[in-house]
Amino acid sequence: MPDATGLELIAHDLGEQVPGSVTGTEHYRGIATLIVDPGRVVAALRWLRDTPNQAYAFLASLHGSDYLPESPRFGVHYELLNMDRVERLHVKALLEEPGDGELPELDSCVELFPTADFQERELYDMFGIRFRGHPDLRRILMPEEYEGWPQRRDFPVGGEPVLFTHNEHRTPRWYE
Amino acid sequence: MEIVRGHAGGPEDFRVRQLRARDLLRGDLAGTDLEAHVEQSVLTTTFERAVNWARSNALWPATFGLACCAIEMMSIVTARYDSARFGAEVFRASPRQADMLILSGRVSIKMAPIIRRIYDQMLEPKWVIAMGACSSSAGVFNNYALVAGADKFLPVDVHVPGCPPRPESLIHGILKLQRKVQGEPDLGWRTRYEAEGTEEVGEPAVPHGA
Repeated sequence: MPDATGLELIAHDLGEQVPGSVTGTEHYRGIATLIVDPGRVVAALRWLRDTPNQAYAFLASLHGSDYLPESPRFGVHYELLNMDRVERLHVKALLEEPGDGELPELDSCVELFPTADFQERELYDMFGIRFRGHPDLRRILMPEEYEGWPQRRDFPVGGEPVLFTHNEHRTPRWYE
Repeated sequence: MEIVRGHAGGPEDFRVRQLRARDLLRGDLAGTDLEAHVEQSVLTTTFERAVNWARSNALWPATFGLACCAIEMMSIVTARYDSARFGAEVFRASPRQADMLILSGRVSIKMAPIIRRIYDQMLEPKWVIAMGACSSSAGVFNNYALVAGADKFLPVDVHVPGCPPRPESLIHGILKLQRKVQGEPDLGWRTRYEAEGTEEVGEPAVPHGA
């Protein structure tokens, strides 16, 4: 785990090599987070992977989040790992909601990390984030004809209301 | 059908009955001896009840687990619970050979058509046990991904409550199903659930292998 100084050094070097890519850093509870511009996320990941003294060559996890009342609304998180130094670096891209029922878009990093194939599909399935350049972007967990993005905060939890004694008066004659 | 065993006699009694059976086969038995023998050793019933008795004591489940309940389902065949005592120990790997489908776990909306296809592949007469809270009502996984209640897409004969039910509970459910099989004539499920006219006809919407 790079410490706060190490994180600033990485952010500085990355900002020099890929101008405009770093928009912020965050070091919280031992987790070093690099907030990157969503348009340059693939270039930033390539630099972090291929630069010899960085060499974050393993994408341990790629996941999303929805910070609904906030703007930008969506976060895409890349958990990078250097297996030699056992150092983890968290790269975060924040996406605005485009509105008009459009889906937010981001460049795919499958060409850098083949493991991102299924994980980007899962993000598309659960959050409706479209990855440009993904070889086969379709739903992975939900049925293909499913409508909606179930892990978004404004998606209803679903299921059926459970009948307890405290709410059974709302459905009279439920036993019939 | 209940079988009442006669009072157990000693070894001599058994020998006497054995000799009497031999005499019967030779044609030497006549009169009151013959009547007594028939009364003691012949059982009359209807063919249907005899068939249902046999069916209820050989309920072969399909090898089919859905989630954590399947662990409990697997343990009913072990030596500790031993569902072989009730004739339900042969987990058949093909739905064509199975009599009973145990829905052991949560039923997702992606899995539901597959379960329905397995059910359709089973031969009549066939029965379904919904094991655990999830397959009966979605249980704690009551969310967008699940079918709340497997009886929305196939007929369920016995619901076993629990999360997960203990193996004893499942065996109790199997015994309840045996009572049901013995109590009812051998109807197909469409007759049992008054679902005539729901057969799917014509070509499937998605052809096989598509």
